[in-house]
Amino acid sequence: MRCVRRIGLASFAMILVLAVCAPAIAQKLGPDGAPNPTASVTSEQELLKQVPRAEGRIDIPDIKASVLIQPAGRTWDYFHEVLLHRGGAIVILGMIVVLGVAYLILGRLRITAGRSGQKIVRFKAFERFSHWLTAVSFVILGLTGLNVTFGKILLLPVMGPDAFSSLSESAKYAHNFTSFAFVAGLVLITATFFKDNIPEQVDLDWLKQGGGFIKNKHAPAGRFNLGEKVVYWLSLAAGLVVSVSGFVLLFPFFGTNIADMQIAQAVHAIVAVLFIALILGHIYIGTLGMEGAFEAMGTGEVDLNWAKEHHDVWLARMLASEDRRGQASATPAE
Amino acid sequence: MARMKFLCDADRCIDCNACVTACKNENEVPWGINRRRVVTINDGKPGERSVSMACMHCTDAPCAAVCPVSCIYPTEDGIVLHSKDLCIGCGYCFYACPFGAPQYPKVGNFGSRGKMDKCTYCAGGGGAEAPGSAEELEKYGSNRFGEGKLPLCAEMCSTKSLLAGDGDIIAQIYKERVLKRGYGSGAWGWMTAYHEGVEI
Repeated sequence: MRCVRRIGLASFAMILVLAVCAPAIAQKLGPDGAPNPTASVTSEQELLKQVPRAEGRIDIPDIKASVLIQPAGRTWDYFHEVLLHRGGAIVILGMIVVLGVAYLILGRLRITAGRSGQKIVRFKAFERFSHWLTAVSFVILGLTGLNVTFGKILLLPVMGPDAFSSLSESAKYAHNFTSFAFVAGLVLITATFFKDNIPEQVDLDWLKQGGGFIKNKHAPAGRFNLGEKVVYWLSLAAGLVVSVSGFVLLFPFFGTNIADMQIAQAVHAIVAVLFIALILGHIYIGTLGMEGAFEAMGTGEVDLNWAKEHHDVWLARMLASEDRRGQASATPAE
Repeated sequence: MARMKFLCDADRCIDCNACVTACKNENEVPWGINRRRVVTINDGKPGERSVSMACMHCTDAPCAAVCPVSCIYPTEDGIVLHSKDLCIGCGYCFYACPFGAPQYPKVGNFGSRGKMDKCTYCAGGGGAEAPGSAEELEKYGSNRFGEGKLPLCAEMCSTKSLLAGDGDIIAQIYKERVLKRGYGSGAWGWMTAYHEGVEI
């Protein structure tokens, strides 16, 4: 490479010049006695050591343009393309594997005493609506969100660029608009189920008895057991974080700068991936994992034996209040 | 194979914005959009420097890496082009670009952004349009590169501070300048864009 030899020669010459002129440069005068124009300039490397972004004055109204160089862009690229891809795959696929193993070992948790044929109302219509509004929104948001990160790896090779771009464009709009339904649902769920999710002593007893996963051990619980309460509070926290960060992403540079937007996206992505893993567990236990669980949210009514086995404290309270009111809350199955 | 780059000599740039105007005119860039802009560091203070910045056409372009629909790609000459047909306007390329090159001409609902637009090195576009055609001109701007010409911004620079061309050649020009005059604040953006500086 000729350049290397030339660079070598040039740098030697420069060092020689500098050695001769060192005193002159120190005095802020150039070799010809005129002021040295480089004397007080900040080189790019110096500048970026002091501040994260090199910013200056611009002649156009677009404030974002005042950032000359933000090297953090490459860092965010590394986060999104490497860390998020690996982390996301590990967390989500890992969760699916864990659930698969759980199913292989435990199987579908049966109602030990078998179905009684009698039912009791567990969730009223409004409660079910709140849940399903949030749940359906979550699934749409989750899938469209995952498409942004993983779509080009999983779907693009299969669909081809034109179809995949069309799909991704629609997915982007679906994601943006469905987010409002999700927030509304989240607010409803938070308000509706708040008082039944406050931690109680019975939750510790439930935990000590193995949470109902150990055969022949009865785990007592109120309306919601510790597992469900954990899902509630984690969902509230994660939902709040993705909603706030998502809102920032919906209105880019509305009071935020480039660093804020990168952080918002990173937070949104990380929490969303963990949230998806949490909800996969929730979906598993509410459908495949446990007999008699889905109808609670599906129809609103649960079998009496199921209630006795999994939420006995709640059942006792419901039957007691029914006796006081003199109304039957347990109806025979159709 | 020539590897195309930009080099702005910050010690010669006088913030005249001829490069900005030339680009806007040549590529019919819409109102409010600036593919190229001039930023002045330390304005009014000793050591004031102006740098003309557009897309640097990076090595390992971060914009291309993060694009969810992979619509950005480098050509053989190192020029980074993109397809406006595939772009979904998500804005990720702007978050990743260290130089703020991507622009979004449309303002839509919830940051919808519309199709991304950026400096194309006056080399047309990365879509399906025929090079040098009227459709390509309307969508992406001029294709001077296809005619063997360099970008107009560098050609129109009043002080020849903005250099465009093969990376080795313009680095050599800059080195000779710095040696001859005895000072130089460096090739701004080169370390971030090309993972290499210009050693003087």
